[in-house]
This record gives sequence, C-alpha cells and structure tokens, in this order.
Amino acid sequence: MVSLIPTVSIEQVERDQHRANPATAAIWNLLDAVHDPEVPVLSLWDLGVLRNVEKQGDKITVTLTPTYSGCPAINTMAEDVDAALKNAGYRNFEIRNQLAPAWTTDWLSPEGRRKLKEYGIAPPQESSTCRKTSSDKASLFAEEPPVPCPQCDSSNTLKISEFGSTACKALYKCQDCHEPFDYFKCL
Amino acid sequence: MTETNTPIVDYTIRLADDSLTLGHRLSEWCSNGPFLEEDIALINVSLDYVGRARMLYAYAAETENQGRSEDDICYLRDTREYRNLLINELPKGDFAFTIVRQFFVDTFNLLFYTELLNSKDSTLAAIAGKSIKETKYHLRRSKDWMVRLGDGTEESHNRCQAAIDELWDYVTEMFDMDELETGLAAQGVAVDRTALREQWQQIVKEVTDEATLTLPDHDIAIRGGRTGIHTEHLGYLLAELQYVQRAYPGNTW
Repeated sequence: MVSLIPTVSIEQVERDQHRANPATAAIWNLLDAVHDPEVPVLSLWDLGVLRNVEKQGDKITVTLTPTYSGCPAINTMAEDVDAALKNAGYRNFEIRNQLAPAWTTDWLSPEGRRKLKEYGIAPPQESSTCRKTSSDKASLFAEEPPVPCPQCDSSNTLKISEFGSTACKALYKCQDCHEPFDYFKCL
Repeated sequence: MTETNTPIVDYTIRLADDSLTLGHRLSEWCSNGPFLEEDIALINVSLDYVGRARMLYAYAAETENQGRSEDDICYLRDTREYRNLLINELPKGDFAFTIVRQFFVDTFNLLFYTELLNSKDSTLAAIAGKSIKETKYHLRRSKDWMVRLGDGTEESHNRCQAAIDELWDYVTEMFDMDELETGLAAQGVAVDRTALREQWQQIVKEVTDEATLTLPDHDIAIRGGRTGIHTEHLGYLLAELQYVQRAYPGNTW
C-alpha cells in the first residue's frame, strides 16, 4: 500500500494560489515587510496569519486569522498592515478577521520554520493534522516527542513549562548545552 | 433587559460569561503565582479564556444587532444579568483550588467544544475549533498538576482533596439543560450537556485515582447562574472588572 504523506497543508496550497494572482502580487510583497510583533523574525506570511489578499475593482480586502484566541498581537498585526498599506498610498481597503478554518502551526511556511530555528526558537515538531481531534485519553495525555535544541540539536531536552513568554510557546532547556529555549508549540 | 428573545444570542452570552468570569479569576494570579513559570502559565490560560469570551461577545453583539457592542455586554451588565455557571465565579482560593477547578472545567470544555464543533451555527463551530486546540494544552497542564499535588506531600494532598470536596457541589450545574438550550440542541445548534456527564466522570475518576484523591459520592447540586442567581462573589468580581467603565462611562484607549 502506498501512502502519500502531504508535506504541504491544503491551506498552504490555497495561500500559494492566492499569492500567485498577478493582480495582488504587489500587495503580498508589500506585506512581507509586516512582522509578528512577538516573534519579529517572522513575517505574517511566514506565520500563516496572512490568509488572503483580494482585489475587487479598487477595493482591497486583507484577511487575517488569529493564532491564539487571546493573543494580544493580532490587534498590533492589523494596525501594522493598516500602516503598511497607507504608507504605500492605498486608501480603499478593509482588514478582515477570519476564524475558520482555525489557525494551525502547519501553516508556518518552511522558510518560517528555518527562520525560527535560526532565531533560537525550536519550530513545532509534529504536524497537528496527524493528531486525532477525538478526546480519548490516549491522545489527550500522550507523551510529546522530544524537542531538539535549536542551538546544538541535542534531543536531550526537558520541558520546564507548558507556557513560555507568549501563549504560542513552551519553555524548554537543553541538558547538553544547558541553554534554555522557547519551543513554538504545535497547535 | 436580560434575555434578548433571540435564543442564539442568549446562548452565546452564556458561553461568553462562563469564559470571562473564569478568565478573570485566573488573571488574579498575575504576579501572585507560586513561581515565575507557573505565573506565566496561569496568565496564558487566562488570556485564552478572555480571548474566547471576546469572540463570543463580539458574535452576540453582531447577531443581536441592537447597537450594543461587545464591550457594552461585558461591562454594563450587573450580577443578576450575568449568566455564567457558578463554578467559574468562585474566588481563586489557594493554588490547589485553582488547579482542581481548572481540571474540572478543562475536562468539561474539551468534551463540550468537541461537540460544539458540529454545531449548525458556523461561527460557534469556528470558535469551538479554536477552543479545542487551546483546551488540550490547558487540560494537559491541569491534569499534570492534579497528580503532582494529589500524590505529592500530605499538605498538597489535603488541600487538593479539600478543593475537590468544595467544588463538587458546583459540578452538576455544568451538565444542566433548560428550555433555551434544549430548544437550540434540537436544532443542532447547542450541545446536549447531559450527554457529556458520563465521559467527564470517567476521565476525572481516572486522573483522581492516579492522584490518590477521592471523589465525593454525594450528588448535591448548587445551581442558579443561568437564571442570574449568583454567589456573593460575582458582585466583587464585576466591581473590579467593570470599574473603569462604571467610573468613566464610554472611556476608551
């Protein structure tokens, strides 16, 4: 039996298609300059929060999907998009929040994962689409796979806390190089 | 005005009130946590709850379409107009009390939002989709703490057991159905809470067994939140939560 392992999520394919639209290409490129205020190494595109840019006549609609429900960064992100568009001379635009489908770390671009690691944050390990959404106990309380240290790549690491400096990160430490580090949790 | 005559708005406000009151209780740990990492964790969970409340209030305000904003619903209703379950408004207590309550409510939320995912109301289903993912992290943490505290020292065990005994009477209300929710459940919009009790009990029993803790065998139910009959504690909570809007009406920043 041949099983296909998708390396790119369906949403990512959709995003790539949206981005390939020549009518909005300039705006996508412009918005690459807008970064996550909490993890400044990632653009909103890398993070997967920037879902779509549409153009109808003169009107532009930018769609964002928040990461965590209570993430205070989403307001700043919308303000930064607003500023970037205004600075580039756009006036007729709307910034929309879209909840479904819910944001997942699967939407982090491959480039984003690489940037995270270079920045010293361990990127999310497993694809959350592989996880069952059922509430059976086995999947609920299952052990997580080891998170390699972004500094020395050792797998001999220890989780210090389920929550780190922001809602999207957990706190780890490496038992080989002894560096503490943030882990961008799978969601 | 309390009920709005629009069942979906009333239902959404109930869920929002549940999320807001518990989120507020958790926020009271800010700078008071037992150690830094735990302080941060409690506040992160609090943020998830308050964020969920905001999504729900915003949806209620939009659906109601009577000129009330999400802030009006949250800041300008008094205790008798709040519709949260009593378990969410009880004072934060000691750390054991906070953890046991989180464990009870996290377990409930996981089951509840898993069902709400199938709601015919697409916005509620979308909010459920976000909530489940976060709740899994919340539950993993509260479950770990249950075992650490219950199977820890004599002191931590006793405090945990005392919290279970105190909270137990507030558990049943989480599974209550009334006319509003039964009607919405029949339309495939709301969740049938009664159907979640058995699975909840099973997960909770398994974890408390591992934590060497005992679940009470009586079934006393203290209820009233859904009809606006609250404990004395909600008024104090709202006094703090609503202070700025009450003192400086319409103030923004």
